[in-house]
Amino acid sequence: MATEGNIHARPIAIQPARSAPHVEEAHHPWLQHHFDSMEQQAEASTLGMWVFLVTEIMFFGGLFMAYLVYRHASPAGFQEASHHLNIYWGTANTAILIVSSLTMALAVRAAQTSQPRGTQVLFLGLTIVLGLAFLGIKAIEYADKFKDHIVPGPYFQWEGTHAKPAEQFYSLYFAMTGLHALHMIIGVGIMSVIMLLAWRRTFDEEYYTPVEVAGLYWHFVDIVWIFLFPLLYLIGRHYHAG
Amino acid sequence: MMYYAVFLALIVGTGLTVAAAFVDMGAMNNVVMLTIACVKASLVILFFMHVRWSTRLTWVVVASGFFWLLIMFTLTMTDYFSRGWVEGTWR
Repeated sequence: MATEGNIHARPIAIQPARSAPHVEEAHHPWLQHHFDSMEQQAEASTLGMWVFLVTEIMFFGGLFMAYLVYRHASPAGFQEASHHLNIYWGTANTAILIVSSLTMALAVRAAQTSQPRGTQVLFLGLTIVLGLAFLGIKAIEYADKFKDHIVPGPYFQWEGTHAKPAEQFYSLYFAMTGLHALHMIIGVGIMSVIMLLAWRRTFDEEYYTPVEVAGLYWHFVDIVWIFLFPLLYLIGRHYHAG
Repeated sequence: MMYYAVFLALIVGTGLTVAAAFVDMGAMNNVVMLTIACVKASLVILFFMHVRWSTRLTWVVVASGFFWLLIMFTLTMTDYFSRGWVEGTWR
């Protein structure tokens, strides 16, 4: 995120090559000297964020790969294990994240259309609150798993017939949702900084890249959950019915 | 506004995927579940993440991420799926 100070304060050592007769043009204070224009700067930041998100896809991808391999090894065991997850909390959290993605998109929109800082802060604040609500529900779920002794390790107890695959399922459950929750915590931290910047009237139609880029991160974390939710919570729903 | 329409579609998709999970369709459950998830993810990427209005370069970067993910899944699973096909090999 561009948090560099005012570049005008620095002595200019090298003349920019592109402006032959050098004219000191008045440009946006957030435009850094290695970019030609605000558009180019925004484009580079967005693309850079996407490159980072591609590495994140592969980061989570490794865990999804592990899930696929172990589920393939014991589909019935995974169904039995999944049945023990609380579908109400899972569905509620999915809805919460979707609403938070909407408020995030509206926050970007508010900055992009030069809405008053109150509007920007409101949508960013809502996004943070929803993110915290998600984490709260996750904490309740984790606590339940500890109470029921289905946390992998020496105290793991399983009533069903597939104890070993169930333990593998819960290892993956904690690894995947844990990594996702860590991303949510970081996301809440990022949004807090963005909200502070918005409060200081940093963002308008000319400069809103930090909101946009933080939004890309937030939506990515939402997308990870869009896949985690069915793969973890929904595969065992018809296990006893079927 | 368009964002609200996308939001509504995402909520409806969530409802559908939960409802479908209670219907026993055998292996089709996975297909339905993942199709809905992919549609939801595409909506978020195209509209909320503005890729629909982004440059070709962004499109290529985004697509490459998922393409590489598919390479990883495909190559790995060709191994796991085909184990034991030949008599006497390890499964």
